[in-house]
Amino acid sequence: MMPNVSQSAFIQAAMNPDLETPHGIVGPDGLPAPKRFSVYRNNIIVSLKEAMNDGFPAVASLVGEAFFTAMSDIYIRQNPPKSPILALYGASFPEFIAEFEPAASLPYLKDVAGLEYALRHAYHCADATPVDPQAFANANIFSATLSFAPSVSALRSDYPVTQIRTAALGGPQPTGGAEDILITRPDLDPIATAFPSGTATIIDALHAKLPFGEAIEAGPEGLDLPAFIGTLISGGAITKLEYDNV
Amino acid sequence: MTRSINSLPKGVGVGYKPQHFSDILNDPAPVTWLEIHAENYMGAGGRPLAQLRALSDKFPISVHGVGLSIGSEGRLDPDHLARLKHLNTWLEPASFSEHLAWSTHDMGFYNDLLPLPYTETTLKTVGDHIDEVQDNLGRQMLLENPSSYLAFAESSMDEIAFLREVTKRTGCGLLLDVNNVFVSATNLQMDARAYIDAFPLDKVGEIHLGGHDEDEDDHGAPLLIDSHGREVADPVWALFAHTIKKGGVKPTLIEWDTDVPDWSVLVDEAKRAVAHLSPVPA
Amino acid sequence: MSKHTKSLALAGALAAALSAHATTVSAQETEKCYGVSLAGENDCAAGPGTTCAGTSKVDYQGNAWSLVPAGTCATIELPADADGMMRHGSMEALDRDMAS
Repeated sequence: MMPNVSQSAFIQAAMNPDLETPHGIVGPDGLPAPKRFSVYRNNIIVSLKEAMNDGFPAVASLVGEAFFTAMSDIYIRQNPPKSPILALYGASFPEFIAEFEPAASLPYLKDVAGLEYALRHAYHCADATPVDPQAFANANIFSATLSFAPSVSALRSDYPVTQIRTAALGGPQPTGGAEDILITRPDLDPIATAFPSGTATIIDALHAKLPFGEAIEAGPEGLDLPAFIGTLISGGAITKLEYDNV
Repeated sequence: MTRSINSLPKGVGVGYKPQHFSDILNDPAPVTWLEIHAENYMGAGGRPLAQLRALSDKFPISVHGVGLSIGSEGRLDPDHLARLKHLNTWLEPASFSEHLAWSTHDMGFYNDLLPLPYTETTLKTVGDHIDEVQDNLGRQMLLENPSSYLAFAESSMDEIAFLREVTKRTGCGLLLDVNNVFVSATNLQMDARAYIDAFPLDKVGEIHLGGHDEDEDDHGAPLLIDSHGREVADPVWALFAHTIKKGGVKPTLIEWDTDVPDWSVLVDEAKRAVAHLSPVPA
Repeated sequence: MSKHTKSLALAGALAAALSAHATTVSAQETEKCYGVSLAGENDCAAGPGTTCAGTSKVDYQGNAWSLVPAGTCATIELPADADGMMRHGSMEALDRDMAS
């Protein structure tokens, strides 16, 4: 009886080079073929590393190629994709980084990864038709509840994470400190806009269907309100204004 | 059940890459159809879907799945099947194809086309999975021959016997990847022409051509890698010519997935394929 | 701030936002330079023609890990108010600073 190679044994050995090539994997001569098997070991890891590189270019730039390759190697083996849609692979990478001791010297790295993932996620979100900007010129706008486009989200960071990301991708040096970040997708390209810490609370309140006026009051004192509302409007972030609760 | 069948034009297509979007719309040159990888168009919206909608207005589209894992021992992922059905429903592609391979195990997706032994057991599993896919999508699918790097001692039939039986049981068509034939034949020390001669060419709805890399196995024997990162190799063009001569003109795709070049390079490859498709002297 | 003044502030902000709507679009154009790349595409190609990368697993137990972040983090200087305890992006940046 020829040895059967179960897919379970195949994948365990493929993902763990310390294990031997499964018995029953052979070359044309019928002999064991470890190097042939390692083609698959290579393909799986290299292709997923490329997906990580494509998805987290700022993280990769910040830590450098050797570190990023080694870090994503560990991440991939611990967290292989759960879905065949690679465009959304890496959702748990920020949490992984937070726990990853060798990266502890860069406390902002987790947030850079979170920002990159949020932008990528927004890139693939469902399309939505924003309300006409003139709809905001309504006397009762403060009592309106808002609905967001699926691509809108808010993040919080103790660091100027939008600028760190930009600097990592070749932009100028970061300034400023902690920030909240509003992700919008005006058309097809998501953008991240930084606001003072506490601004994300407004988004949370609007999500919870608090009226616009009340939600704004939950925001921080130093918020540039025209800029914030302008970002929502020009970002096509609002898909519905409702006045039912007047 | 009526099933829509493959309706790709018998010309040359290329694998679509987003960086070529404007080039393709500006001047497709000899390219008459496009192939996409299904999994790249399963997001909820945004640019990928917007581009695909625009392209599908101008070109017949072939949907080529890379993650359904038809060769899995376990059942097909119902969520993934539902996503495929959604894509097939709104896009109404000219063709749908997948691989004789597996990539999913225990909820993990391993992003490679992993090999399976050819036995009565795997034949039954693959046949059942293809039935499920075709019933679900309401269309005939094409199954692609893999690139092989190794063999399974437990295999009890050869690849062609396996593919022949799968088409007989399920009514599916075949996607003949000529580069894969060359890669497998070299790696497993078989005769590539004999493989083409034995292949059920009447079942072939599409041909793939791509580039491969060269390496060596443990004993210094050539080990070709199906990398899709360069021009189609000369012996693969010769094998393609042999295939066309024997089986007639088929929709033919240039695949280039890694180190993707400028559009003009793909156009040159496409032109070379077109030259092969011109009427063969009797 | 009273509720009334907040409402007035909001009304003013809305007016300002609406009138500025046209100019913010141009600001977004520059941001696109750092926009989302074509991330994580599925394809059906094998990896590059080498069989070694998948066979050298990185161990993250014990003392096997010797790498430190060594990319652009070394050149990024966080402003002092970004973090009271740490002015620079990496340990190397700190070392370099102290040596000078």
